[in-house]
Amino acid sequence: MLELIQAHQVFEKGTPIENIALNHLDLRVEEGEFLTILGSNGAGKSTLFNAICGTFLLTEGRILLDGEEITYLPEHRRARVIGRVFQDPMKGTAPNMTIEENLSLAHSRATAKPLSFAPSRRQVELFRERLAAFGMGLENRMRTKVGLLSGGQRQAVTLLMCTIVPPRLLLLDEHTAALDPATAEKVMEITEQTVREYHLTTMMITHNMGSALSVGTRTIMMDEGSILLDIAGEERAATTVEALLQCYSAKKNRALDNDRMLLQ
Amino acid sequence: MKLLIGSLQLGLLYGVLALGIYISFRILSTPDLTTEGSFAFGLSVSAAVTATGHPVLALFAALLAGACAGAVTGILQTRYRIHPILSGIITMSGLYSVNLMVLGGSPNLSLVRAQTIFKLIPFLSKNDAMTVLPIVMAVLCGGLITLLFHTHIGMCIRAVGDNEEMVRASSINVDVCKIIAFCLSNALIALSGALIAQYQGYADISSSTGILVVGLASVIIGEAIFGRRGVTLGFISALTGSIIYRYIIALATRYSPLDAYMLKLVSAVIVGFTLAMPAIKRNAALSRQKRGGKRHA
Repeated sequence: MLELIQAHQVFEKGTPIENIALNHLDLRVEEGEFLTILGSNGAGKSTLFNAICGTFLLTEGRILLDGEEITYLPEHRRARVIGRVFQDPMKGTAPNMTIEENLSLAHSRATAKPLSFAPSRRQVELFRERLAAFGMGLENRMRTKVGLLSGGQRQAVTLLMCTIVPPRLLLLDEHTAALDPATAEKVMEITEQTVREYHLTTMMITHNMGSALSVGTRTIMMDEGSILLDIAGEERAATTVEALLQCYSAKKNRALDNDRMLLQ
Repeated sequence: MKLLIGSLQLGLLYGVLALGIYISFRILSTPDLTTEGSFAFGLSVSAAVTATGHPVLALFAALLAGACAGAVTGILQTRYRIHPILSGIITMSGLYSVNLMVLGGSPNLSLVRAQTIFKLIPFLSKNDAMTVLPIVMAVLCGGLITLLFHTHIGMCIRAVGDNEEMVRASSINVDVCKIIAFCLSNALIALSGALIAQYQGYADISSSTGILVVGLASVIIGEAIFGRRGVTLGFISALTGSIIYRYIIALATRYSPLDAYMLKLVSAVIVGFTLAMPAIKRNAALSRQKRGGKRHA
């Protein structure tokens, strides 16, 4: 369970380009929930993820993960319990190391003794089994350098690296956006399969309104660092992409009207 | 014959240096200028301790000295975010004074009358020991670090050199990995200096000038033969490259009109040219393409 309490993030504070990226945001993601996040560029989606991961520390507010305060924990400490897949397939893997070495790095990060040999035979067996479940044939290419794989295959390996030790929170940052439609669908399929199987608490940023509604259990829409819309359950099931778009422009316009009133 | 054996001996001893440079240059992808200082540091610590009658202890002292030098560079680079090249230069400059201090204020020290490890090996004459010991040391160092780079911590270090951002996002402490790698690299470099001092029977701190280029040349020559594949082959190729480099030098001084003082220039040209090769090839391909395009237009 993730809780953000009055999370506030200001960049370049006190300069002419001061920018409020998160505006006293409150968010609670329940155990096992799969949250999809929509929003235009600059809405604060990635800032939200960066704040949760500890890429920077919040200007104000608190972050709790399973009730434990992580607001000031350094990035690499949080990474033990938070898995993150980026949009760029190059980002999540070491290109000159083999699939099994990459996976072993992820698998032993929390448990292994620094001087134990890696990857161990037991690990390789486990990786082979888990990769086979993806149905991409990667289990037969364990000694291939990851740099030689396609974008979709690399994302699959990254996804497995993030979930091989089930994280307490999985963050997916538009992880299918750089892939061709067929591959994107495949990666989304193995994502859902993994999340379901290991009952992972997940947050996924997407620009695809269709998959934002069809994947997961709850959808939020962000704008200017706040949550514009938060739907789940029946309400979400009844929502169409058109309705979502309409709702977005309606709320957006009202905000603009308010600004106009202020300026007048 | 003497030339053949002598070059092999030197190649193996400087091979330990090449192993160290392979770690910083290829695994971490950071050329580490500390090398120039840590080689001389190993050399002078070894000479000073050997002169007191403890040639074996001298090697361990040099290892420790090199590791400390590496740690300083590593900490400057990670904890204090100083540019990698600059942090190497800072440590190297500082070490110049430290080395003079270790040698008691003079730039060189003779070990002619001192007991060196080459005179200590049972059942072997000094001449045989001068071949056997370098082989043992090179194989031992090469073997140990190959093993180390196949453990979890070794793999973390390799990943840091390969994709730092990913390691940062995966709960491994990048800074600690880098510092360990620099310690290891410079410990090997210092050990190489320590062995050279005892092998030559004297320590001269100016002998470390340009030593980084010597090591880089060895690594690059090795890669020209073995290609760039895994770490295991990488270490083997660095050792082999170092031996070949010594033979090239021996041939160059013997059969060419070049004077010995020209060697550093030759090494620099080899390294510069090899590193420029990918760009040269790309430019050549590009201009070919342009010419072809014009013809068809």
